[in-house]
Amino acid sequence: MGIADIIIKFSLIVVIFAISLLIAMYSTYAERKVAAFLQDRIGPDRAGPWGIFQPLADGGKMFLKEEIIPTNANGFLFIAGPSLAILTACIGSAVIPWGQKIVVAGHVVDLQVTDINVGILYIFGVVSLGVYGVMIGGWASNNKYSLLGAIRAASQNISYEISMGLSIIALLMVTGTLSLRQIAEQQHSWHWNVLYQPLGFLLFIVCAFAETNRAPFDLPECETELVGGYHTEYSSMKLGFYLFAEYINMFVSSAVMATLYWGGYNYPGMDWMAAHTGPTIAPLIGVAVLFIKIFAFIFFFMWVRWTIPRFRYDQLMDLGWKALIPLAIANIILTGLFITFK
Amino acid sequence: MEPLSNKRKVLESKPMNFWERIYLPSILQGLAITMKHFWKKPATTRYPEERREYSENFRGMHSLKRDENGKERCTACGLCALSCPAEAITMIAAERQKGEEHLYREEKYAAVYEINMLRCIFCGLCEEACPKEAIYLDGDHVPADYLRKDFIYGKDKLVEAPLNQ
Repeated sequence: MGIADIIIKFSLIVVIFAISLLIAMYSTYAERKVAAFLQDRIGPDRAGPWGIFQPLADGGKMFLKEEIIPTNANGFLFIAGPSLAILTACIGSAVIPWGQKIVVAGHVVDLQVTDINVGILYIFGVVSLGVYGVMIGGWASNNKYSLLGAIRAASQNISYEISMGLSIIALLMVTGTLSLRQIAEQQHSWHWNVLYQPLGFLLFIVCAFAETNRAPFDLPECETELVGGYHTEYSSMKLGFYLFAEYINMFVSSAVMATLYWGGYNYPGMDWMAAHTGPTIAPLIGVAVLFIKIFAFIFFFMWVRWTIPRFRYDQLMDLGWKALIPLAIANIILTGLFITFK
Repeated sequence: MEPLSNKRKVLESKPMNFWERIYLPSILQGLAITMKHFWKKPATTRYPEERREYSENFRGMHSLKRDENGKERCTACGLCALSCPAEAITMIAAERQKGEEHLYREEKYAAVYEINMLRCIFCGLCEEACPKEAIYLDGDHVPADYLRKDFIYGKDKLVEAPLNQ
C-alpha cells in the first residue's frame, strides 16, 4: 500500500466521520422539525433562517451546562459509559460501501473504508457493543431508575438481536456472502434485496428500531416511568454524547438497511447513466442516491416516533419472542424452500 | 351494588384477532394520519413578529388616565385597591398643593400608585370600581422581566403620557 493510498484512506475516514457527525447533528434539528410538522406546528425557527443554527445552539448549551458526577457513582465507569456509546456508534460506518469505485485523476478510489469479508458480522458486533455504553452508564450512576433503564436496554437488545440475526441469515442465504461490498454489487440496477426478502426487511427494520432505542421501543429512557432512564444522572456533554450516539446509530442503521435491502448506491438506469457521464460522475450520483435512501429512512424513523405510542414492557417482550422470532424462522424456511426448488 | 346512573356499560374485552395482534394495519393507519397532518397548515403564530387578532375587550396592562386638560383623574380613593381580589394595588394619597392644579384634577391625588403585575389577575374589577374613570386595562401584555421587584409598576409606567407630548 503506497503513501497515496494511505492518504486517500485517511481522508475517507475523516470525511465519513465528519459526515456522520454532521448528519447526526442535523438529525436533531430534523427530528424537532418533523415532530413539529406532524403536530401542526412549525418547530424551532429562531436561530438563523428557519432555525438552521439550532443544533449549534443546542450543542453550545450542552457544553456550558454544569457537569455533575454523583458522589456515589463509580467515576471511571460513569465517564466510560457515554464514551463507549459514542465510540461504538461511530465505528459502525467503517464497512459500509458508500459508492462504486470512483476514478479521480487516474486514481481508482474505493468509497469504503474497509471491505472486510465478514462485514455484516462486524456491524452486528458493533451494534451489540452499543448496549454496553447504556448498561455501564446506568450501572455506574448508582441510581435505581438508571439501573432499571439499563436492565431494560440490555434485555431488549438481547431479545431483538436474535430476530435481527435470524432475519439476516435469510438474507445471507439469498446473497451467499457476508461482504457488504459484494451484497451491494449483487443488487445492481433494480435487483434490490427487499424484492426477494420483504418479510426479512420488515423484521430487520423492527429490530433496527429496537436496537437504536427509538420509539416505540424507547423503554430504556421511558420518561413516564423511569425519570430519564439510563441517563437520569447524566448532565452536560456526557448526556449530549448519549443523545448524539442515538442519532449516529440511527444514521448508521439507516445506511445498513439501505445497503442490505434497498440496493445501496444502485438505482434503475445506472448503466445508462454510467455510459453517459463517465467513471467520475456516475459513482457520485450513486452516492447521492444512497444518501437519499438514508435520509428517507431517517425520516421514517422520526415519522414512526411521532405516530406510535411506546410499547408496554410485556408487549415488547411478546412481540420480540412470540412474533418476530417465529416469523424470522419461518422466513428462513421459506427462503430455503424457495432456493432449493426454484 | 346498585349503579348510580343508567350510563354504565359493560364492555366485552375480546381477544385480539390476528391482524390486531401483529399491529401492522393499525400502525399503517396511524402513519397515514400523521402524514396527513404533515401537509396541514401549522397553527402556530410567530408571536413577536405576527400577532393574532385580539378581542375588543381584551384586558392588558393598566393605564391611569388623564382628563381632557391633561390632569390626572385618580383621586386616591382606594376603591380599586379595595375591589382588587388579588390585592395587587397599593397607593399613598397626598393633598394637592398650590400651583399643582394643572397636574391633578381634584384636591387629593395618589402620590404613589403601585400595581404588582405578578399578583394581578387582569379581572378588570378595578376598572369597574373606579368612580373617576381613572383606570383602564387597555394596554398591551405585561412584558417579561428578570426580577420580581421589576414587576411592581409605579406611576412612571402606569400614568398616560401628558397631552402636550
